[in-house]
Amino acid sequence: MQGVGPAICLGNDIDTDIIIAGRYLRTKDRSVWAEHAFEDLDPTLAGRLGGAVIVAGRNMGCGSSREQAVVALREAGVVGVVAPSFARIFFRNAVNVGLPVIEAPVSCTDGAHVAFDLDAGWVEVDGERHPARPLSEKMVAILRAGGLVPYWRSCR
Amino acid sequence: MSTLSERILGAPAGAYVDREVDIAFAHDGTGVLAREALREMGVERLPHPERLRLIFDHIVPANTGTTATLQAELRGYARSSGIALSDAGGGICHQVMSEGVVRPGMVVVGADSHTCTLGAFGAFATGMGATDTAAVWASGATWFRVPETIAVNLSGRLSCAAEPKDVALAYVAKLGMEGATYRALEFAGDGAAGLSMDGRLTLSNMAVETGAKAGIFYADAATVRYLAEYGLAASPQMPEDCRYERTVEIDLSDIVPLVAVPHRVDTVREAEEVAGTHLDQVFVGTCTNGRYEDLARFARIVRGRKVAVRTLVVPASRTVLTRAIATGVLADIVDAGCMVAPPGCGPCLGAHAGVLGEGEVCLSTANRNFRNRMGVGGEIYLSSVATAAVSALAGVIAVPEGV
Repeated sequence: MQGVGPAICLGNDIDTDIIIAGRYLRTKDRSVWAEHAFEDLDPTLAGRLGGAVIVAGRNMGCGSSREQAVVALREAGVVGVVAPSFARIFFRNAVNVGLPVIEAPVSCTDGAHVAFDLDAGWVEVDGERHPARPLSEKMVAILRAGGLVPYWRSCR
Repeated sequence: MSTLSERILGAPAGAYVDREVDIAFAHDGTGVLAREALREMGVERLPHPERLRLIFDHIVPANTGTTATLQAELRGYARSSGIALSDAGGGICHQVMSEGVVRPGMVVVGADSHTCTLGAFGAFATGMGATDTAAVWASGATWFRVPETIAVNLSGRLSCAAEPKDVALAYVAKLGMEGATYRALEFAGDGAAGLSMDGRLTLSNMAVETGAKAGIFYADAATVRYLAEYGLAASPQMPEDCRYERTVEIDLSDIVPLVAVPHRVDTVREAEEVAGTHLDQVFVGTCTNGRYEDLARFARIVRGRKVAVRTLVVPASRTVLTRAIATGVLADIVDAGCMVAPPGCGPCLGAHAGVLGEGEVCLSTANRNFRNRMGVGGEIYLSSVATAAVSALAGVIAVPEGV
């Protein structure tokens, strides 16, 4: 599983409330979450997520278990999320909705060229390659299927 | 020789296991997404509906037509699938699960990050997302990576001004917001044995604020006694010599009233340092501090006096509310000028019933003070119930003394 895109850099401890606020959770319309992603952090950010790779700081996705956070990013067209460490529920949710998550200690400048290859286990920022922490076999299989729902269907 | 997580999950730290789940629940928010995932998975019959629960707590009663319609659909699904429903007014999922459902040694998953609360019973309890929960509902099992464990060794006894919430803030401050990511916390030591079940639930509840997967107490005589009141038989769990990744020491007798200041739960000050901070609202409740002991402590402080700032009290469950009515605790709270809202999460996640306006400041007994969580531009301080009570009376942050 590979991806490329310009970097959008975020800080440490980005919580799921800031990814999608509690006031937008009560709907099944996924486009609402994409539209309002990061609204309280930077109202212009949602419009720039399409085709980008988020490069976050430590403890990415901490807080609430709300799956709307990872769905918002996927629906907005985020190619993948790179961070030196993730909150575990966010990480598992991302895999379950087919959003690539890459655990690697990279530093970032906005717009840097980011490429990753999860099978080979690396991420590159402006050509500088860093090893990514490998996923478990089960997580790789789920991600490769496009998420837990398609994985489930393929196993039945 | 195993940690409690290793013992319950049946494998050493670091191993991946597929494990049958004893209880899997979701609430009105995450339940909607779990239902959608089941639909997309093409799952029609659930193999073990008796192990599942739907608990309406996040926005109860519904605040908008959209919310009401989503809840009505989920209510219908509970009926048709055989999942037991705790409808609006029953209480917060973790509290409802703590009232005679979860027992020592169980594997419990919930579609809510604070599912770690239930580790207070010596169960392995952890939060997950809605799609993961749907897969558990469809199959009865899920995968886990068995966590390494950090011991939180509690010694000594709390002074009368401090309470379990202050201990929770103390360990969160010590570990930091990602100090225990992927790990389990095990609360042990003589100090743990001296805590009530309500107090243990408060400590376990905040484990996820350090990134932990679980926050576990060994079941002991107090656990067995508590569960017996609900007609459940349980046995104590004996700790074994085992390998902890590290041990954090907390002497309960050193704990003073603490406050987490905006906008990080691990930025903790002595209440004394922030005394006098202006408040627009005090909020007492949530899965951290909405239990009977909490309401009783609050009532003891405000009884016969009047709060000086708008104060909202939300019992964690109908059982808590009923008991508070029977003992006069609720009347004391209402007479002191507080508002009482139906059992549930209240304004904790900023979706309804007590959200903050721009620039408003709230002292809350909840577990999260992320920027904008309770309303855009609002500031959240987190404290114990006693600190919230004396602050409600003062209209500014105040320090409880010997209450």
